[in-house]
Amino acid sequence: MKTMLRVAAAAALLAGSTLLAQAQQITEIKIGTEGAYPPFNNLNSKGELEGFEIDYVNMLCDKMKVKCTWVAQDWDGIIPALLAKKYDVIAAGMNATDERKKRVDFTAVYSRTPFSFIANKSVSSNDISPAALKGKTIGTQGSTVHANYLEKYYKDSNIKLYPTQEEANLDLKNGRLDYVLADKLALNDFVSGQGKDCCKFIADIKRDPAIHGPGVGMAVRKEDTALRDMLSKAIEQSIADGSHKKIADKWFTITILAD
Amino acid sequence: MDRLLGLLSWGDNGWGDELAAGAFVTISLALATLPFGLALGLIIALMQRSESVIARSIATVYTTVFRGLPELLTLYIVYFGLQIGVQKAWAATGLPGRLDMPAFVAGMIALGLVLAAFSSEVWVGALNSIAKGQREGAFALGLNKPQTFRLVILPQLFRVALPGLGNNWMVLLKETSLVSVIALPDLMFWTGRANVVTKEPFLFFGMACLIYLLFSVSSAAGLSALEKRFSRGFATGGRR
Amino acid sequence: MNWCEYPGAWLGVEAIQNYGCRMFAGLGLTLQLVGLSVGLGAIFGLALALLKLYGPKPVRAVVTGYTTFFRGTPLLAQVFLVYYGAGQFRPFLDQIGLWIFFRDAFFCAAFTFTLNTAAYQAEVFRGAIVSVPRGQWEAGEALGLHRIPLFLKVILPQALMVALRPLGNELVIMVKSSAVASLVTLYDLMGATRLAFARSFDLSVYFFAAALYLLIVETIRRVWGLAERRLTRHLTHA
Repeated sequence: MKTMLRVAAAAALLAGSTLLAQAQQITEIKIGTEGAYPPFNNLNSKGELEGFEIDYVNMLCDKMKVKCTWVAQDWDGIIPALLAKKYDVIAAGMNATDERKKRVDFTAVYSRTPFSFIANKSVSSNDISPAALKGKTIGTQGSTVHANYLEKYYKDSNIKLYPTQEEANLDLKNGRLDYVLADKLALNDFVSGQGKDCCKFIADIKRDPAIHGPGVGMAVRKEDTALRDMLSKAIEQSIADGSHKKIADKWFTITILAD
Repeated sequence: MDRLLGLLSWGDNGWGDELAAGAFVTISLALATLPFGLALGLIIALMQRSESVIARSIATVYTTVFRGLPELLTLYIVYFGLQIGVQKAWAATGLPGRLDMPAFVAGMIALGLVLAAFSSEVWVGALNSIAKGQREGAFALGLNKPQTFRLVILPQLFRVALPGLGNNWMVLLKETSLVSVIALPDLMFWTGRANVVTKEPFLFFGMACLIYLLFSVSSAAGLSALEKRFSRGFATGGRR
Repeated sequence: MNWCEYPGAWLGVEAIQNYGCRMFAGLGLTLQLVGLSVGLGAIFGLALALLKLYGPKPVRAVVTGYTTFFRGTPLLAQVFLVYYGAGQFRPFLDQIGLWIFFRDAFFCAAFTFTLNTAAYQAEVFRGAIVSVPRGQWEAGEALGLHRIPLFLKVILPQALMVALRPLGNELVIMVKSSAVASLVTLYDLMGATRLAFARSFDLSVYFFAAALYLLIVETIRRVWGLAERRLTRHLTHA
């Protein structure tokens, strides 16, 4: 058993090591996304991906004159699949945290949004302090900044982690959860749509840079520095020339580059 | 009611076509895994019965590991672990580009490894059940070992092993539902996504259950027809 | 250092050390979940087998439908159907006072696992009861035994011996299948492992979980084998 685990550990280490030389000219990019995080990225009943990130990254690809193809991958495996080279870039509302930077690199930030608690309409208090939520059941998506945040500050609450954010929302609607913590803009979609009869916003949380990082960027493998720089440049340009805002306005009513 | 039917309809507004596409992936994956898993299972079974101690121990370790691991875990390990290994091996050969293992192949390998472990038991049982006299008779006729296996044992093997292999198939069919975790858009994947978008879990998971049930029930019918066909010309000691 | 951190420390793998305690706690939950559902499933499964063998025709048809459904669909789909489906019927479940159960993910998983394993065990029991030679019934009747004591004292013990091996297999299958509980927010061994992997991105946690599952499965198999040999020691082995 010992040897087996040693071998396994060695195999795991390989994941991080670089194997391939950087291609000189990048002409094709495969992009991984979750497809269960409206309105950022979502698989609709046409069987197509839609959302802000899809429109935005496709626009960047046009500008960079590269061919982009999309892959939908469940959130839990989204970084491992990047490392396993199932695709080259993750564009899935992923916050550029220090924890993730140990394994992948991030491009420039293209979205920075508030994080909020939502709850059942019957909740009257706007107090979201850990003391007030003691003993309450709080849900969010697993392997996210929100999960880490809850674990750090809400130790006395009952934390439930879901494979997708939407399943946590569904369980709030069903009454299994007292609160849900997530990205405000993703929650807004739910609170103003399917959850409009059950649920409401309670309050935003204060960002913790150690957990949340500087904002949402695209993730690439550490060795793909040329790709990272190319994407960063395109993102910065799109923010400067207003093309970022144009697409953001199509999907959101408030800015997604809040300070 | 109309709204629910609308959700299941074909086309851009309904999920009917997505579920059908998912069901197609499910059934193709199961069918693609079957020959690979059964063939590997037969090899393991032959190793299990071989005279070589090494072959026997390899077979025992293999079946112990793959029968003991949760399929979900095997799937993760193959999908993420093997992919990295394959690329490492490719890079070591010095060839340009990269070798990509599609999710479908990863699913096929993971499910096939498990199927091989379980089907090897069925094969061993079937091999044991074929009377020793058959082999002795074949040798007496001057057939060598491979010939005996191919011409005498194998044709009988299928008949004896069929019920057990049929069970393996039914298990495989249901196990494919786990591949949704490795980005393979099977029936379970699309059901989950439809639930995420519509928040109608009972409708969609119920629908998925019905589709799987349809596969299982028709497989069972097909298998019993197959069993009858394979037993033609074989006297079943009054068990009819 | 807690005992559950030792394996990781000994192997020199940080991720296993950091998440060792969670993983062992997860293992505990897995065993609870499986023990509870296989135990309850045995009682329920035996009842189903008896109904299928000796019940009136419509009841037999219902039992057949039940076993066909639970054996013909993936456990994963069943768990989702119960967990999220129950949420959809909350007003009704509230009314009949059952929501407090279905609210709980552990209950939902244990409930589904019980229904699922009962369907498989029903088939095992049915086959085992049928396998007892008819002469045993006839001999019991000739001794003037009533049907029920005859069944309990003569038929059932013999049937259980036949059922022992397939029941052991079913227990092993449930240990493995219970990994799907991790998809409905439970931190069973698989759930804890997924969490550990998501945080550490270290594949070795999966291998450690694999070793734990193998350990459990092999222990069950060995203990079951011993039990079987002991219970059937009066029978001549071929």
